[in-house]
Amino acid sequence: MDCNEIFESLSEFIDEELSKKTCREIESHMADCRNCRVVVNTLRKTVTLYHSMPRERLSGPARLRLHKVIEIADSGDTGE
Amino acid sequence: MGPSVPTDRELVERINTGESELLGELISRYEDRVYNLALRMMGNREDAEDVLQDTFLNVIRSLDRFQGRSSFSTWLYRVAANAALTRLRKQSKQAKSEDEFLDDVYSVKRAAQAGLKLPDWSANPVRELLNDEAMEQMNRAIESMPEIYRAVFVLRDVEELPTAEVAEIMDLSEAAVKSRLHRARLYLRNNLSDYFSERGAA
Ligand SMILES: [Zn+2]
Repeated sequence: MDCNEIFESLSEFIDEELSKKTCREIESHMADCRNCRVVVNTLRKTVTLYHSMPRERLSGPARLRLHKVIEIADSGDTGE
Repeated sequence: MGPSVPTDRELVERINTGESELLGELISRYEDRVYNLALRMMGNREDAEDVLQDTFLNVIRSLDRFQGRSSFSTWLYRVAANAALTRLRKQSKQAKSEDEFLDDVYSVKRAAQAGLKLPDWSANPVRELLNDEAMEQMNRAIESMPEIYRAVFVLRDVEELPTAEVAEIMDLSEAAVKSRLHRARLYLRNNLSDYFSERGAA
């Protein structure tokens, strides 16, 4: 396999969705190709960084506003 | 001992048969998740709160049509993703065109083919890379992607939903989800690579 052939499969490679055979082929290519190694490692790190970003919670006032809006809309909707 | 906590499906059924006071509980279960999804897709709190409201307003309008073919959370994510996409399309902000985006995606391939030595910043620990400025950069990078790539990436790599569920939410084949995810990741990788190289982390 050359750089071009493995390029499109690299996300599946880091997500461990490829067959063992394809994985081995990619690994053996990477052993001899620095640039592909760098793309895989930095791609994996990119995903890890996004996974590691802290989740933001809704602020208290925004939460109250949401519940108020829904309450009003719901009482309007049912027409009771 | 109080009664056991109702499942989402039980809650929906009871709301649909008149116990609308339970809506607040249903919303409380999901408001943070929907908010986080909206925030990553919209890029700012104000728009994210609007999307959050749109989402639950759509939910109360169509809850009686929830069939239970998918899980409630999948159905809700679908409503939320559509609410975000609708607002993004109305804004027509400075996201890149698909051509510009794809050109960026494949720039790494061209660089490698030209024999350039790609910078490697992957050995740096996450806690050193992930400061406030870097996170700001990461969020801006998401916002510069075309909407559909943004949605798939946020659902898969920020919300961490499985490919099959993202396919159901977005009405795409699993193959289409995977290829969009891959392009989004490459684009974001390139963006971070430039950023970290400039910062001297590579
Ligand atoms: Zn290679």
